[in-house]
Amino acid sequence: MAYLEVKDLSKFFGTFQAIKDIEIEINEGEFVCFLGPSGCGKTTLLRCIAGLETQSSGSIIQKEKDISIEPPSNRDFGIVFQSYALFPNLSVFSNISYGLINNKWKKEDINKRVNELLELVNLQEHTSKYPSQLSGGEQQRVALARALATSPGLLLLDEPLSALDAKVRVFLRKQIRDLQRKLGVTTIMVTHDQEEAQTMADRIFVMKDGEIIQSGTPKEIYNKANSPFIASFIGSMNFIPASIDASKKVKCNDVEINCDIGSFSENDNVQLAIRPEEIQFQQENQDDNVVSGVIKEIEFLGSFQRVYFKTKNFSDELIIVDVPSSNAKKIKMDIDNEMSLYFSKEDARIYSI
Amino acid sequence: MNLFKFADIRRGKDSSDRVGQFMLGSYIILFLLFLVLPLGALISKSLENKDGEFIGLANYSLYLQEPALFQSLYNSLFVAIISTIIVVVLAFLFAYAITRTCMPFKGFFKLVALIPLLSPSILAAIALVYWFGNQGVLKEILLGKSIYGPIGIIMASVYWTFPHALIILTTSLSLSDSRLYEAAEVLKTSKLRAFFTITIPGARYGIISTAFVIFTQVFTDFGVPKVIGGNYNVLATDIYKEVVGMQNFQMGAVISMVLLVPAMIAFFIDRYSRKKQISLLTSRSVVFKPKKHFKVDMIMLAFCSVLALIIILMIGMAQYGAIVKFWPYNLNLTLKNYNFEVAGLGWDSFYNSVRLAFYAAIFGTIIIFVGSYLIEKLRINEGTRNVVQFFALMPMAVPGLVLGLAYIFFFNAKDNPLNFIYATMIILVVNTIVHFYTVSHLTAVTALKQMDKEFESVSLSLKIPIYKMFWRVTLPVCLPPIFDVSIYLFVNAMTTVSGVIFLYSYDTTLASVSAIHLDEQGEVAKAAAMAMLIVYVSVAVRLTHTIITKKVLRKTQAWRYNILDTK
Ligand SMILES: Nc1ncnc2c1ncn2[C@@H]1O[C@H](COP(=O)(O)OP(=O)(O)OP(=O)(O)O)[C@@H](O)[C@H]1O
Ligand SMILES: [Mg+2]
Repeated sequence: MAYLEVKDLSKFFGTFQAIKDIEIEINEGEFVCFLGPSGCGKTTLLRCIAGLETQSSGSIIQKEKDISIEPPSNRDFGIVFQSYALFPNLSVFSNISYGLINNKWKKEDINKRVNELLELVNLQEHTSKYPSQLSGGEQQRVALARALATSPGLLLLDEPLSALDAKVRVFLRKQIRDLQRKLGVTTIMVTHDQEEAQTMADRIFVMKDGEIIQSGTPKEIYNKANSPFIASFIGSMNFIPASIDASKKVKCNDVEINCDIGSFSENDNVQLAIRPEEIQFQQENQDDNVVSGVIKEIEFLGSFQRVYFKTKNFSDELIIVDVPSSNAKKIKMDIDNEMSLYFSKEDARIYSI
Repeated sequence: MNLFKFADIRRGKDSSDRVGQFMLGSYIILFLLFLVLPLGALISKSLENKDGEFIGLANYSLYLQEPALFQSLYNSLFVAIISTIIVVVLAFLFAYAITRTCMPFKGFFKLVALIPLLSPSILAAIALVYWFGNQGVLKEILLGKSIYGPIGIIMASVYWTFPHALIILTTSLSLSDSRLYEAAEVLKTSKLRAFFTITIPGARYGIISTAFVIFTQVFTDFGVPKVIGGNYNVLATDIYKEVVGMQNFQMGAVISMVLLVPAMIAFFIDRYSRKKQISLLTSRSVVFKPKKHFKVDMIMLAFCSVLALIIILMIGMAQYGAIVKFWPYNLNLTLKNYNFEVAGLGWDSFYNSVRLAFYAAIFGTIIIFVGSYLIEKLRINEGTRNVVQFFALMPMAVPGLVLGLAYIFFFNAKDNPLNFIYATMIILVVNTIVHFYTVSHLTAVTALKQMDKEFESVSLSLKIPIYKMFWRVTLPVCLPPIFDVSIYLFVNAMTTVSGVIFLYSYDTTLASVSAIHLDEQGEVAKAAAMAMLIVYVSVAVRLTHTIITKKVLRKTQAWRYNILDTK
């Protein structure tokens, strides 16, 4: 039995449907992400689960208890908002102990618990500071500690890292992930940053226009994106117009491509999708696809180099190839060099247009 | 399509929801009792004859056939429009000098310009009597025209409404985008052309808003025309005469309606233009920093100095008149004018005013702040919240005189169970709070809008009821605007005349009303003394407020200032 089940959940704002027939199951201790572009309804779904927004239909079951119509104060969750919403007039200590005081804790127990939490998020020296005296990353951790103080069964995070700069973000990703593993608290995080979702989540729910369009582990989503939308949203992707000929082979212009056509049938117009990092300049397998052309442009991006490649007869658009910098040294890559591209049968995917 | 589909399911309620709902209900009842039903009573009174029988619009047609009353409407419009034009021009230039030039002594000018806020409007009228009255110092410069009439009304009105206009216009002018001026400079636009093509259009809504606010204030004011209007009748004095002089309540109600309608229209135009004003400023605007410009700065300095001097001369004359033995024959100084016993009044009315101001400030602030919190932050009952919000804005459109008269009709009715508050301090407090509700409410709403909108959600997730969070977080964080609201209520309760002129009783006479009666009895010096007492208290309260904000807040609100201390 799943820890949290969302069944057939919909939410209307006026006549606008923000989320549509959402079905989700989350296991105890799991870290899941709602990932999707801005305005797709991630926050709305999270707030419905918290009870801060009331759904129009559908139900939510937490630990086998139907909480669909419970007010937020009867639900078991802690939440961290994008703005952190720290109480400005309370010290770090009072912010964290805020939820404990009402629950009739003894004074020394409160002290003990707060110190425990401060240690957990590495903020021991800052107990008596006010939020305005903390950096963004520190504020974020206070918010996290406050949400965890009452040991909720479910932790909800709404874009918790989006207000921070890149370095801090990467550091906190790991810290939050480690913390979650250590406490084993079931966690839902909302984000529109695919890298964040990829690195943190056990499972990702990709959303678009209020619907969940795919769910799975980060790997599954990356490798088996079920739509061109997801394929290009998660990582980058070359899309090449193609068709399926009478002999059930994929053809891009005149070039025949060796790949699995799945359930498509002859004369279908499709698009061939290949990730830039899955294209090589050297042949690896016997049956790799080969396309020839010239290099048009090279961008140096640190750990890898991005090559824009003009092909003959294959595609009108430039093909993007990412070459790890370590490999790039071995290959002689120069603009206007005539080269061949190789990609394996497994790495070529077909989507409908 | 099934409409039902769009509705949210019914969610269960927790204690926060229930408390909120209960309080929201209480506000609806309070507004009905103390605003809506009294106004209803006023309207129905205007449709009755003396025996209380319904006679439709007969009173109104009677009104239209009475040329004298019609003349008053014309007079009211005349003084209101002329005063508005003068105030808007003067206040605009003054605000321009403060926000857009490098004129020296800005702080001093801002302070002096706000002096009229501290006194009842009649103080200006009394000062004018000393300057230009029959025995006035500068009587000659009126060239034989009497100060008692439109000239006096306009001059006094300009004086007391000036700071109100200045506040709105300063805000509006300081909300400007300096990039527009930089663009104009790059395009070699002349300063004058920039003024007419950028400054004026940018402040357009501020100017419109000011014009309607000032128009309403002058149009509905009672104190000034009463003291200095002479035989020049306006609507406000007509209402008073009909009600107090002739006991013709029905006609009083009809004239009140005539007063109410333009005030309502002005109110809606004002609301509309304020909304526009806000949307003009984008988050990317760059705040304007004035540049030195010797000629302009000096012209503005001269202009502001003249206005400041006039303001000081007005209040100075009122004070001088209050301590002179027998104007203009014996100019020795004395404090005997502060002895109101002689006029059969004593200091009671002064003490009553202070009590009223305290009660209005304390209860008003609590009620208004809690009300605005419910409207802003409660998560349920959106429809009811909108109704309360509408009620909270309504008082702004209702002139004090009209509200006071409405209270008589409603609470003096024999069969009203609330009849017992009639002629007590309670009715004065309630009337004052309602009369000054809107501005206070808007101040509170602005403060609440600046709070993170997720505080309530956080509290709920931690199982802390909202009312506990309100006490522990919202109140402390909002303390400065709360102080502002209470000061506003206090000073206005001290100075108001029109709101309470119908409602005081023998035991609850008020200082501002007494000043009017003293003036009526020819005791102008005592009237000046009484008006000055109000000024002293207002100044004292303002000073205390400043000290509290500086000292006490610094202690209790360490979090607000800590940033400065550590960096
Ligand atoms: N209170 C509301 N009233 C009306 N529409 C709303 C309301 N809240 C959200 N919406 C709409 O519902 C849709 C989903 O909003 P939501 O906040 O869930 O998006 P999101 O996926 O969290 O986006 P972001 O990444 O920008 O935060 C949006 O189109 C939004 O305009
Ligand atoms: Mg969001």
